[in-house]
Amino acid sequence: MKRPPLTPIIAAVPLAIVGVFVVGSSWLAPDATNQDILTGATPPGTSGHPFGTDQLGRDIWQFALAGARSAVVGPIVIALGSMLIGLVLGTIAGYLGGYLDLLLSKYADLLLALPTTLIALVVAGLVDGGYWVTVLVLVVLFSPTDIRMARGAVIAQSTQPYIESARVLGLSRFRIMFRHVVPNVLPIAFTTMLLNVAFALVAMSALSFLGFGVGPGTPDWGRQLSDGRNLIGRNWGAVVVPGVLIIITAVSVNLLGDWLQERYEQRGVQR
Amino acid sequence: MRGLFAKGSVARFVAIRLAATFVLLLALSFIVFGLLHLTPGDPARNLLGPKNPSPEALAAIREKYRLDQPFLRQYALWLGDVVRGRLGTSIRNNTPVTTLLADRVVLTFQLAVFAFGLTIVLGVPLGIAAAWRAGSAFDRTVSVTSIVGVGAPSYAVGLLLLYVFGVWLDIFPVYGSGDGGLDTWWHLVLPAITLAFGIGALVFKLTRTAVVAELQQDYVAFAYSRGLDQRQVRLLVLRNALIPVATSLGLVFGFLFGGTILVEVTFALGGIGGLLASSVTFKDIPVVQAITLLTATVIALTALGVDLLYYVVDPRVRKRGLG
Repeated sequence: MKRPPLTPIIAAVPLAIVGVFVVGSSWLAPDATNQDILTGATPPGTSGHPFGTDQLGRDIWQFALAGARSAVVGPIVIALGSMLIGLVLGTIAGYLGGYLDLLLSKYADLLLALPTTLIALVVAGLVDGGYWVTVLVLVVLFSPTDIRMARGAVIAQSTQPYIESARVLGLSRFRIMFRHVVPNVLPIAFTTMLLNVAFALVAMSALSFLGFGVGPGTPDWGRQLSDGRNLIGRNWGAVVVPGVLIIITAVSVNLLGDWLQERYEQRGVQR
Repeated sequence: MRGLFAKGSVARFVAIRLAATFVLLLALSFIVFGLLHLTPGDPARNLLGPKNPSPEALAAIREKYRLDQPFLRQYALWLGDVVRGRLGTSIRNNTPVTTLLADRVVLTFQLAVFAFGLTIVLGVPLGIAAAWRAGSAFDRTVSVTSIVGVGAPSYAVGLLLLYVFGVWLDIFPVYGSGDGGLDTWWHLVLPAITLAFGIGALVFKLTRTAVVAELQQDYVAFAYSRGLDQRQVRLLVLRNALIPVATSLGLVFGFLFGGTILVEVTFALGGIGGLLASSVTFKDIPVVQAITLLTATVIALTALGVDLLYYVVDPRVRKRGLG
């Protein structure tokens, strides 16, 4: 099936907009956290508030705009961090083999055998050490997939003639691994990373939806959504705005990752 | 006896897997226990409320729930109880964990079964139909919808459904799990759709890929050239393509069982997922432990069941042996 190149464009536009939200939230939403308890929750269309206000009288739209940062930055860090761990440990396991490989593979197996959502909830909920601790917990929980991916890709690479040549030339193992094998693994690593951003986005906002990772009063989509649930009868904006933003962002990242993966696989077939 | 556990035999495979599951559960319980202790927050204080509790009251509660014991001893005592089938008492409710779970497991199970049914009814036929007409407008529409299903977080989808069908159109109930019987099933409609949307999308993708791959096999071209009509060929294709689909459905059930947490919280259902979320906040150690282990066990056992199912339905696996 041939896909039109429309897919990446459709996915990139919302992501670019969210990117603008992340960078420019202080200009675009200067009054995001301004409270007005006397006003309280108002429906969409109230003067000055296109999507109404929440219980504390905060503007739904501005609060959602400011929440983009916490919804997006963490997941990107999670995907980057777990990929870094995956590349280093996976490359070592795949290239050196032996006991080290066995040990690392068993570690990855152990983490993969656990139900991720459940463990993320229990661990992040118990640690409850704020935003960056939650990010760290998710880096650890995400790393096994990346270790496996990198290990598999490195093993596939190491039978290639160029590695053989490098070995014959007498290059050190370390140098072969990180100067020659890793760069060839990077395209697939990037694709995996993009898909991981999508998963992390869902996981992270799910945790904040449950009340973990983001303190009360911090603009965050998951948190805003869970607060909005109580307002569902009074102001639909409180549910629809953060809900639609999360869905569009997560789906766009997924779409882009899927597209890249398909392209990468097709190129592999053609070779 | 030797023959029973010979290399590649089913009994040996099951024995190894059960042992591995056991080790995994042991490790998991220790990690959860350790985290509960390493992290700030005190269940005794949580129980007595925000006012300054008297030292005697705190000490009494700590003694009752063994919170005054050293960490390893607490774990050993807990483990000893579990081995004897006692899951302990909830610190928050002062109710035996077994009682607390018994009521809720049924609801979570009901929700998982409901969503599982929807997943099969929607995901598999749509996947087959899309594969028959790969590239058509129908295929594209369903495929795009499935991308949304895979990517969108369940709780966000759930809340939007809740708004549209619960508040705006006012068809379905907004909160809670009803008063049993049919009413409960009625309350579970939206939560089940929410769960099935995400997981059904995965099953759809899987089915579609399997059928498309099977259609490209040489025997299909051969069957057509031999003059078999389309119906006969499709039956052949389905028989082969649905083996991986059927086995993955087992994994889906385990996944559903663990994935209900968010949906239960979204729809304020009284299942084990909602209980887990609030027990984590409260640091209600026995409850958190029991639910984590219960869910992990269900998932591990369904995974084992799936592998055995492979053995039954796929002659290649039977010949090669498991493990």
